[in-house]
Amino acid sequence: MIEFQQVNKKYDDGFQALTDINLTIKKGELTAFIGPSGCGKSTTMKHINRLISPTSGRIFIDGKDISEYHPVELRRNIGYVIQNVGLFPHMTIAKNIAIVPQMKNWDKAKIDKRVTELLQLVNLDPDTYRNRYPSELSGGQQQRVGVARALAADPDIILMDEPFSALDPITREQLQEELVRLQEDVHKTIVFVTHDMDEAIKIADTIVLMKDGQIVQSGSPEAILRRPANDFVRSFIGQKRIHTNDKDENEMELDDASLSMTTVDEVMVTQPATTSPNRGLAEAIKIMEARKVDSLFVVDKNRTLLGIVSIYRVLNRYGDESLTVKDVMKPIGYQVGPGTPLPIAVEQMTNHRLTNLAVVDDSGRLVGLITRGSIVKHLNEVYPAMIERFAWSLGEEA
Amino acid sequence: MDGWIAFLQERSSDIGTALQEHIVLTGVSVLLGCLIAIPLGIALVYSRWNWLTNTVFFMANLLQTIPSLALLAIFIPFLGIGMKPAIVALFLYSIMPIMRNTYDGFRSVDNSVLEAARGMGYSTMQSILRIRLPLALPYIMSGIRITTVYIISWATLATLIGAGGLGRLIVGGLGVNKLELVVVGAVGAILLVLITDTLFGWIERMLTKRYGRTSSTTA
Repeated sequence: MIEFQQVNKKYDDGFQALTDINLTIKKGELTAFIGPSGCGKSTTMKHINRLISPTSGRIFIDGKDISEYHPVELRRNIGYVIQNVGLFPHMTIAKNIAIVPQMKNWDKAKIDKRVTELLQLVNLDPDTYRNRYPSELSGGQQQRVGVARALAADPDIILMDEPFSALDPITREQLQEELVRLQEDVHKTIVFVTHDMDEAIKIADTIVLMKDGQIVQSGSPEAILRRPANDFVRSFIGQKRIHTNDKDENEMELDDASLSMTTVDEVMVTQPATTSPNRGLAEAIKIMEARKVDSLFVVDKNRTLLGIVSIYRVLNRYGDESLTVKDVMKPIGYQVGPGTPLPIAVEQMTNHRLTNLAVVDDSGRLVGLITRGSIVKHLNEVYPAMIERFAWSLGEEA
Repeated sequence: MDGWIAFLQERSSDIGTALQEHIVLTGVSVLLGCLIAIPLGIALVYSRWNWLTNTVFFMANLLQTIPSLALLAIFIPFLGIGMKPAIVALFLYSIMPIMRNTYDGFRSVDNSVLEAARGMGYSTMQSILRIRLPLALPYIMSGIRITTVYIISWATLATLIGAGGLGRLIVGGLGVNKLELVVVGAVGAILLVLITDTLFGWIERMLTKRYGRTSSTTA
C-alpha cells in the first residue's frame, strides 16, 4: 500500500506542480493516473521512487516513510518502465533484464533462469532474443523487454510512465491486453500513468484523475463513468454535453428537445469508405476488405456522389476484368442534406429499411454517412449525461 | 640504391633513437592529455554552471589556435629546453579534441536511457562507468586518434627546442645539406602517422561496433 499525505511540490521557479495530494494506492491493484499533459500525473508517480522529492508532505510504503530509505536502495525495489523504454543499447536483452538482479548480487544461474522465465512471460522466445541487442527489436518488442526488466527482481511495486503511448495502436492494444493478463498472474501494485482514458478504463482497477496538480476524482472506472464529479471529468471521459438553453425549464423536456435538435452532422461518419469510378472490381473488393464494409460510395475527384456499389454487385460481374466500378454501381436511393435533424434521418432509415444513409450537400458532394453504428455511438456518448441528469432530478423530488 | 642502404645501415642507431624519442614525445603527451581531458570533459557534462563549461571550452579552443612553434617556444623561459617543455606544449594541444569528444560522447547518450538507469537504482557513479562511458568510448577514441595524428606531426617541430625526435633528422639534414636525412625523417613521420591512424581507426571501429549501437528509442 502506498500512501500520500498532504504532498505538495513547488519548484524553485515558483511553479506549484502538486497541491495537497492525499491518496491511497491499494496493494495488488493497478492504479492509473490520468489527466492532460502538465497535470502532475508523472510528477506524482515519480515521488514514489524518489526521483522527485516533495516540498512538503509525506509518502508511505506499507506504513514506512520513504524518506527513511536510501533513494538508490528504494529504487532497486520498485520496478520502473518509461515511455521511451530506455533499454541500454550496449547490452544484450538478457543483460538488460538482468540489471537489477545483478545489482542485488543474485548468482548467475538464478539470473539466467529468471531471464528465461521473464522473456516467456512477456511472449518473447528466450532462445531467439536473449542475445540480441535492443536496436534489433521493434518498438513493441523493446517495451516488452522494458516490462520484463521492471519485473526482474520481483518488486512489489511497479511504476509505468506512459509505457505504451509511443507505440502504434495495434501494438498498444496488444500490450494493454497482455498487461491485464500479466497482472492477473503477478498481482503487483502497479502505478500506471497515461493520458488515454480508453487505456485507463481497459486496464485500471482504480483511476485517479488529475488536473493542474490536484486530484479531481478517484475511483473505479465504473464509478467515474457513472458519476463524473464535474464538467472536466465529463469532458475527459468523452461524454458529449447536452445543449441546454434554458435551465429553469423541466429537465426531461429539455433533454428531449435537445435530442431532436441533434443534427446528422454530429452523428455522421466523416470518412466513409469510397472509391473512384474508374477502379477495377478487384481493387474495390480490396478496399472493402481493408475498411471492413460491404459497400462503397462511388465519388469523383470533387467528391461528388455518383452511386453506390455493393460486394454482391461486384462479385456478380467479377469475371469480366474490363469492367470498372462505374459499370456496376447503382444510383443512390435516399440521402439527406447537412443540418437535417437526426430524428428525420432515423425515420427515413427505418421507413426504407436502410442500413446507412448518405449525407450530401447542395452541390452533390458526399460529406458523411449515417450508419446504425454511428447512431449507437452517439447515443452512448449522450446518454450517460442524460441518465445522470434524470437521476439528479429524481433525487430532487425525493 | 646501394647508397641508401649503406646510409640506412650507417645511421640506423640515430634513426632508431629519433623514432623512439618521437614516440615517447607523442605517447606521453597524448597519455597526459587523456588523463586530464577525459575527466575534465566528464566533469563539464555534470557541471551545473554553464559559464564554467563555456570558459573551459573557450580556453581550450584558444590553446588550439596558438601556432605550434610559438607554443613550444613559450615554455623555454619556465622549463628550459629539452623534452619537458615539448611534452607540456603538445599535451596542451591534445586537451581540446579529447575533451570535446568526451563531452559530446557523454551528451549523446539518450535521455531515456539515463532516466531508466536512475529509476532502476543506478548511482551517479554507476551510471557514468557502466552506461555513459562505454557508450561514449567510440567518440573518445575518435578524439584520441585525431589528437595523436596531429601531435605526431607537430612533434617534428619539437627538435627546435631540443626535444629530439624525427624532426632532428630533418633539421639536421637541412643543416648539413644531406638529402637522405631529410627524407628519412619526413618519411618516418609520415609512416608513423599512417600506422597510428590505421591502428587507432581499427580500435575505434571495434568500439563503435561494440558500443555505438543506435540508442534504443522506439520505432
